[in-house]
Amino acid sequence: MGNTVSFMTRNFGKYDRSSIDSYESVGGFSALKKAIAMTGEEIADRLAACAIKGRGGAGYDMGKKWRQAREVDKPDKVVICNADEGEPCTFKDRTLIENDPFRLIEAMIIAGYSVGAQNGYIYMREEYAHLRPLLLNAMEQAEKKGYLGKNILGKEGFSYQLHLYSGAGAYVCGEGTALVESMEGKSGRPRMKPPFIKQCGLFHLPTCVNNVESLCLVPSILLDDQNEYQTYGTPGSMGTKMISVAGNVKKPGAFEIPFGVTVREIIYDLAGGVTDDNEIQLIQFGGASGKIASADILDTPYTYEDLSAAGVGVGSGAILVVDQRTSVLNFLRITQAFFSHESCGQCTPCREGNTQMKRMLEKIADKTHTAQDLATMKNICMIMKNASLCGLGETAQSAFTCAMERFPEIFAVRTEGN
Amino acid sequence: MEMVHITINNMPLEVEKGTRIIDAAKKVSIDIPHLCYFPDQAVKAHCRMCVVEVVGSRKLLAACSTLVWEGMEIHTDTQKVRDTQVGILQMILANHDQDCLACPRNQNCELQSLCSRFNILSPKLPNVAARHPIQDSNPSLIRDHAKCIRCGRCVKACTESQGISALTYANRSDQFMVTTAYHMPFEETDCVLCGQCSTVCPVGSIVEKDDTQKVWDALHNPKKHVIVQVAPSVRVALGDGFGMAKASIVTGKMVSALRIIGFDKVFDTNFSADVTIMEEGHELLDRIKNGGKLPMITSCSPGWITYIEKHHSDLLDHLSTAKSPQQIFGALSKSYYSQAAGIDPKDIVTVSVMPCVAKKYEAARPEMEADGVRDVDIVITTRELTKMIKYVGLDFPNLPESSFDSPLGLGSGAGAIFGATGGVMEAALRTVAEAYTGQTLEKLEFEAVRGNEGVKEATIALGDTPVKVAIAHGLKNAETVLQMIKDGTADYTFIEVMACPGGCIGGGGQPVNTTFDIKKMRQDSLYDIDGSMVYRKSHENPEVITLYQDYLGAPLSEKAHHLLHTHYHKQKKTTWENVE
Repeated sequence: MGNTVSFMTRNFGKYDRSSIDSYESVGGFSALKKAIAMTGEEIADRLAACAIKGRGGAGYDMGKKWRQAREVDKPDKVVICNADEGEPCTFKDRTLIENDPFRLIEAMIIAGYSVGAQNGYIYMREEYAHLRPLLLNAMEQAEKKGYLGKNILGKEGFSYQLHLYSGAGAYVCGEGTALVESMEGKSGRPRMKPPFIKQCGLFHLPTCVNNVESLCLVPSILLDDQNEYQTYGTPGSMGTKMISVAGNVKKPGAFEIPFGVTVREIIYDLAGGVTDDNEIQLIQFGGASGKIASADILDTPYTYEDLSAAGVGVGSGAILVVDQRTSVLNFLRITQAFFSHESCGQCTPCREGNTQMKRMLEKIADKTHTAQDLATMKNICMIMKNASLCGLGETAQSAFTCAMERFPEIFAVRTEGN
Repeated sequence: MEMVHITINNMPLEVEKGTRIIDAAKKVSIDIPHLCYFPDQAVKAHCRMCVVEVVGSRKLLAACSTLVWEGMEIHTDTQKVRDTQVGILQMILANHDQDCLACPRNQNCELQSLCSRFNILSPKLPNVAARHPIQDSNPSLIRDHAKCIRCGRCVKACTESQGISALTYANRSDQFMVTTAYHMPFEETDCVLCGQCSTVCPVGSIVEKDDTQKVWDALHNPKKHVIVQVAPSVRVALGDGFGMAKASIVTGKMVSALRIIGFDKVFDTNFSADVTIMEEGHELLDRIKNGGKLPMITSCSPGWITYIEKHHSDLLDHLSTAKSPQQIFGALSKSYYSQAAGIDPKDIVTVSVMPCVAKKYEAARPEMEADGVRDVDIVITTRELTKMIKYVGLDFPNLPESSFDSPLGLGSGAGAIFGATGGVMEAALRTVAEAYTGQTLEKLEFEAVRGNEGVKEATIALGDTPVKVAIAHGLKNAETVLQMIKDGTADYTFIEVMACPGGCIGGGGQPVNTTFDIKKMRQDSLYDIDGSMVYRKSHENPEVITLYQDYLGAPLSEKAHHLLHTHYHKQKKTTWENVE
């Protein structure tokens, strides 16, 4: 088994991305045609059989999500594609849209059909403005061909429209409820839960939000009569995964890998090794909100279960390699500064916790911190993790907390006469 | 009603499905600490003070936003919960100016109470509170950003019940703040100075402008004759500040307290409310008979006046020209009373005790004077009167009762109910119906105009003529009615508007944390006062009859117009209008 596969990326470079005819010539929209011969339940079951975990980072069971969305008994529903991809070092969704825009359109139509929605929205981060023409063109052509609009493909009652929506640059808008607030024209701040957006989301309608990669898997899964997907990966992590590797590596990029490849293979084979063959200082998994590990993790297989056992996680699929030239402390300060910039500020643990963490890192840099300071900070991190309103505050302390465990030397308190 | 079974700290409990954890805990006498939660508002879940442990849940859950489910096991008192709550409190404290002694809410502050509850004797974290200039450029409200804990209760009050959104959130992260558009002072924004924000603020970030020192100075000036009027709704709210039962009727004790404080005469705004009815009622009859602008809208509520001036100045001619009871009292105090008592109006200091911070602004309006003499000199709120009584050290609940002075001290039952939404309408109908038909009403209670629906409608028979009226309270509801006038769908003859939800009993100058339940109790107390009165119609109030016989002549007379009527003007509302 090689280190990369082409399951959801099989169309990359195979067709003219501006032409729906070209897309159809490589089998485009055959998954949709197959889907509308199925029921929404059957589609959800198919996803469940592949044990797909949502690829945005939270890892919610996708088959279960679609089933629940379908079961909500309301006449009007909404599907949203979360293309906000704001986690630093994460660019797999961009790669998918850039290379196979029609696949996302097709997947969004299948999603709409499966859950019983009338409207689908692609919420794409503002920084991906250059991809807008590609998607708008794909949507326009799909509508002309009758893949969007009323009674799609002659299926009575299946009417569905797609809309492209641009974010305004806030990281927190990748959080489902903040995303919905932003789409409603409000400041991008997360809502409290309940109500959950699956019941009351965009414009108070039941809303099913999916990540780009999760959606892009769907057409391949539906056409996968030979169960190829199930042959990849490990018993605990079936299939393939898009990852993005960057930082101090020679060849940063996004790759589709079968679960189970080791971190070493990813960094040294796929990404060409560490810049100037430097030593690795640390690796962060899943973006700025992710946990960090030392080079000890290199031989760990990239799976949900193995990474979790090693104290990190898959998250957004990002792998950030930091070499020896950056100290752990400086890395923490940069990561923390990101959250101080991106916290929406409405809940106390995140707003005040980040403010206090920033000051604490300054103290640690000055070596003026005390053991009591560290104990206080540990409690603040516990509060951020357990009591924040949304996932941003919850994970803003991840790197700091991990560093306290794994790099204790940088937190050493200066002793008398030292 | 579907019930679910839960446990709180291992105590089994059956509650209605859909109950919030914070409310379920109240049933077993547990007060889960909270700051952003306020019973009448939509839940915000911002402050996170109320988090609790729920068995099976990965995170701590906010008790204000989480609904109970069958079999839920809640723990409000574990080490983890306490560490979290104390930690959150410390973080909030670190971003608060902590100058308790210099704070008007000292000893009446929810943050302070929680610190006391959790035995926090000193801040543990470095203070990060940013200093901003204190905004005090208007007569009503003071805003001190360094005290704000960003709970958002004021934002909800301004947005949800008033529909104004002068207060909003700005920025993010450590710059996140509650502020006005472009940080403009209140008076230069859409704000109408209703003060609802100040009644829900848990700390001292938005407070009334304290004018008690001005009152003390006047009282201590031997050359001044200092008189006071007290609005109808103060007497059913003042007891709150002294630990009395909510909505206690404390009229007699209040009059005694004001005398002890040193006022030369203690008068009643209920009296001038009756005069308002005489003027406004006859103005309505005049408009009906002579084809004047209808629907006519009441003009007693200064927050409401500012609202229509700022937002709908094209509808100003619908407003009654009668001044509010406060201003009518003021004008009469410097003319009729001055003459009767033989005191130069320049030596009279007229003080008002109002449930309202907008009344401070109203009294300061340039129109509110006659012949160069201000109608009202100083306005204090229920909250400020509470402070003055405490300053003197009175045992308020045990004070003997006494009565208002004459000739501005007798109010009818109609005057009393001015403090509740629908009350001005009912008072007016009692007088208008009898003046229109020339017959005595068989039943004085107009139940159709009572109650707390946002917009109430009723059709009242004036003899054989049906008259359709509407009542709106809270500016969001007022806006609904104004839009109906603009659409041409408001087939009303008379509309009552009060800026504050529930009416003046829920005014912006009333004791803080006045919930809807308390408002209803105060309304009931006002109707009890009305029911117990000998005189229940404004036009039968003997002091009002004397006023017209001896001084004004008749309602809408030239003298009455000169003293008791005014006109309102378009006001700039937005930042951009002000920038221009």
